[in-house]
Amino acid sequence: MNRIFQKPDNAIQWFDPRGRQLGYLAFILNRITGMGLALYLLLHLIMLGKLAQGPQAYNSFIETVHHPVFLFGELLVIFAALIHGLNGFRIILNSFGIGVEKHKPLFTVLMIVTLLCGIYFAVRMIAR
Amino acid sequence: MSQKWSLNIEVQRQKGQEQPHFDRFDLEISPDATVLDAVEMIWAFKDCSLCFGHACHHSTCGACGMRVNGVEKLTCITLIGDVTQNGGTIRLQPLRNLPVVSDLVVDLTPLYHRMAQVKHPSVHPIEENKGVANQQTAQQGESDNSYTRLADCIECGLCISVCPAAMTSPAYVGPAALAGAHLAGVIDQQICAIVDTKNGVWRCHSAYECSEVCPSHVQPAHRIMQMRRQLLSQRIRRFFGLQTFHQRKQ
Repeated sequence: MNRIFQKPDNAIQWFDPRGRQLGYLAFILNRITGMGLALYLLLHLIMLGKLAQGPQAYNSFIETVHHPVFLFGELLVIFAALIHGLNGFRIILNSFGIGVEKHKPLFTVLMIVTLLCGIYFAVRMIAR
Repeated sequence: MSQKWSLNIEVQRQKGQEQPHFDRFDLEISPDATVLDAVEMIWAFKDCSLCFGHACHHSTCGACGMRVNGVEKLTCITLIGDVTQNGGTIRLQPLRNLPVVSDLVVDLTPLYHRMAQVKHPSVHPIEENKGVANQQTAQQGESDNSYTRLADCIECGLCISVCPAAMTSPAYVGPAALAGAHLAGVIDQQICAIVDTKNGVWRCHSAYECSEVCPSHVQPAHRIMQMRRQLLSQRIRRFFGLQTFHQRKQ
């Protein structure tokens, strides 16, 4: 018998998808995108705060966010909003007793819609 | 007789106030044996201080629920060959979101207490419930007693272990008790005070994992959603001054 010392439980288990089914994956995605959108809201408010520092500070900041890294970040925000919004719509439907038995195919369809919408926005952003 | 596999079994141990840790045991066992067989072999031949729950060995009592490689299982019906391969590892841990009594044994008292709160009896009197589910059994004459077991929930606690909402808040009523409330039928005021709260059906995060792991196909998540629908319907009817189903019945 060998003894292994390690901490078996920690908070990361909330986001551990191993051995879990599609419903749990939807839950994880909803939590991650929810936190991401909350963080974006904070950054957005900070950006708006630049308005109070005058037009020069604001224009300088806007130039910075035209960098491709920021554009990629914006695309992530669009994907997060779509995932969170459409998944939330699924939960609302389920809470009204609609589509409970079909919650997995419903999630799959909504994620396909997310992907298609995300690709559309990405093409529009790159074309701009 | 099938060939025996060589396995590493890692068992989470915790006695009293000591920190949880894993003990590793080497075992030769058939892939057709159950995980509970492996645990019993460890107890019988390797370490008799190992604590684990077991009784019926055919998924009726719900005593042998554990996490097998991170997934909640009734170990008496989980085959070795389904969870690992020859030379592989099986990691056994107690259920989450319930207090650990010793090693793989958890205290299910909170579950039993909440099942009683929502008036979900372990057995149902035939005479009092002839209307719906009991009728078939009564007609078949399966029991000479006045009580028989009809509800599917075996109170194993797997659904509580897998539930992310139960991990967030110990005050959450939990999937089993909420399913029990739904099984009770019409949501009366007493049950409503338990289920129609922030720690009741509205705490559920709709991960549906409780329905996935339930060995009795109770489908707690589906029942929680049905109860949400009933509660929303009651609220809408009250808002428009209409009688609720419960009021009409009275």
